[in-house]
Amino acid sequence: MLSNPLTNKKFLISFLFNYFDPEHPYSLEELKVITEDAIEVDDQQSYVRITFTPTVEHCSMATIIGLCLRVKLLRSLPSRYKVDIRVAPGSHASESAVNKQLNDKERVAAALENPNLVDMVDECLAPSYN
Amino acid sequence: MEFYEGACELKLLQTLEGHTDRVWSLAWNPATGTADTPLVFASCSGDKTVRIWEQNPSPSSSSSSSSSSYSSWNCKAVLEDTHTRTVRSCSWSPSGKSLAVASFDATTSIWENVGGDFECVSTLEGHENEVKSVSWNASGSLLATCGRDKSVWIWEVQPGNEYECVSVLQGHTQDVKMVMWHPTLDVLFSCSYDNTVKVWADDDDDWQCVQTLGEPNNGHSSTVWALSFNKTGDKMVTCSDDLTLKIWEMDGTSMQSADGYASWRHLCTITGYHDRTIFSVHWSSEGIIASGAADDAIRFFVEDKDVLVDGPSYKLLLKEEKAHGMDINSVQWSPGEKRLLASASDDGTVKIWELASLCTGNGY
Repeated sequence: MLSNPLTNKKFLISFLFNYFDPEHPYSLEELKVITEDAIEVDDQQSYVRITFTPTVEHCSMATIIGLCLRVKLLRSLPSRYKVDIRVAPGSHASESAVNKQLNDKERVAAALENPNLVDMVDECLAPSYN
Repeated sequence: MEFYEGACELKLLQTLEGHTDRVWSLAWNPATGTADTPLVFASCSGDKTVRIWEQNPSPSSSSSSSSSSYSSWNCKAVLEDTHTRTVRSCSWSPSGKSLAVASFDATTSIWENVGGDFECVSTLEGHENEVKSVSWNASGSLLATCGRDKSVWIWEVQPGNEYECVSVLQGHTQDVKMVMWHPTLDVLFSCSYDNTVKVWADDDDDWQCVQTLGEPNNGHSSTVWALSFNKTGDKMVTCSDDLTLKIWEMDGTSMQSADGYASWRHLCTITGYHDRTIFSVHWSSEGIIASGAADDAIRFFVEDKDVLVDGPSYKLLLKEEKAHGMDINSVQWSPGEKRLLASASDDGTVKIWELASLCTGNGY
């Protein structure tokens, strides 16, 4: 069986690294929002966990960055994958609230029916599709 | 009735396809499943539609062996072009004549089968944004809705398909995931992203929160997604993002009090079985609790009557791994005689299962 390139960790990293933080004209990699260690992939268990580090403790864009990461994975990974996205422990003032919101699929689904949010996500993701 | 682990098997009867996005919720028509009325249920989806499914009558039993497992479901209607966003939940009135449909587009629509066609006969507006759940009370005279605006609305059914909002209940501090009326009393339960379950009752025409079941009363430590009552309504089960199910019992003394509502207490916690968020739980009339979760599995629990030392406990009867290809959002037992369960999933399908006893005869 051919393995999906997206389940290869190296590939996934390069894939996710091409993001732009909406507030900064740098990639998430340059800003160290996502590092290699932040991505855990278990192909056997169909599981991916992303732990990103917002640029500042009160980063108001943390939920948008998380939403972008989730959408990117949603559109790219095989549907059997379970994805958890969280901010690094101690990296955000509202850590548990941000984590809870990012992993509530009902709120994610509702956000993705909001045209303004979808536009913003698409804008953030655009460079990653080049 | 006694159930033993390993004494039951779950048989997949049919996989129903048609929705083009995740299926969020299911509702069996409570007035169906009798000798002359075939079973009917509704499913609703991120594709903004509701589908009505009906069981074909069993074929005349020329071959008795095949007829016993015969089951075939058809989509009888698609309710579309009304909601502009996800349809999150649906609920039949007790008479089975009306179907209430809650949508992320901030409205709730009421549908009736008029001469074979489903028509939208009323639209309830008022919530600021996503409506997440809708429920009818036991008599069908009241309807409750809840949503992301943290409120719970109670609507009174008026003649001529009019629905009057009689109360807007504030109390939850986050979005309200589900509302459910008690099966016999006019007491409303709501569960929320704020980790609590709230109990609402009518005190002299004034609806108010009479109890909050939260972490201090052995409640959940994360979002409470759903709840379900046992047949008699003296117990309730709740499911949560904290990976547990909790059983609650109504205090028998206050049930008979003049207040007309009851006080609930935590009975036990079913923990250690689920790996990811539990989205749905449903208690069968026979006492079997089914759960549907984000780990794609369906589990069944029954009360463990052998272990009473530390109070009541529940044991796993059966676990169906990979029941669906993705998260399971809803599990619902059918009305009627047969032990049928419908499950709805992010994979866009609905599956119909039969929980069958392995030994033949009526030993259970």
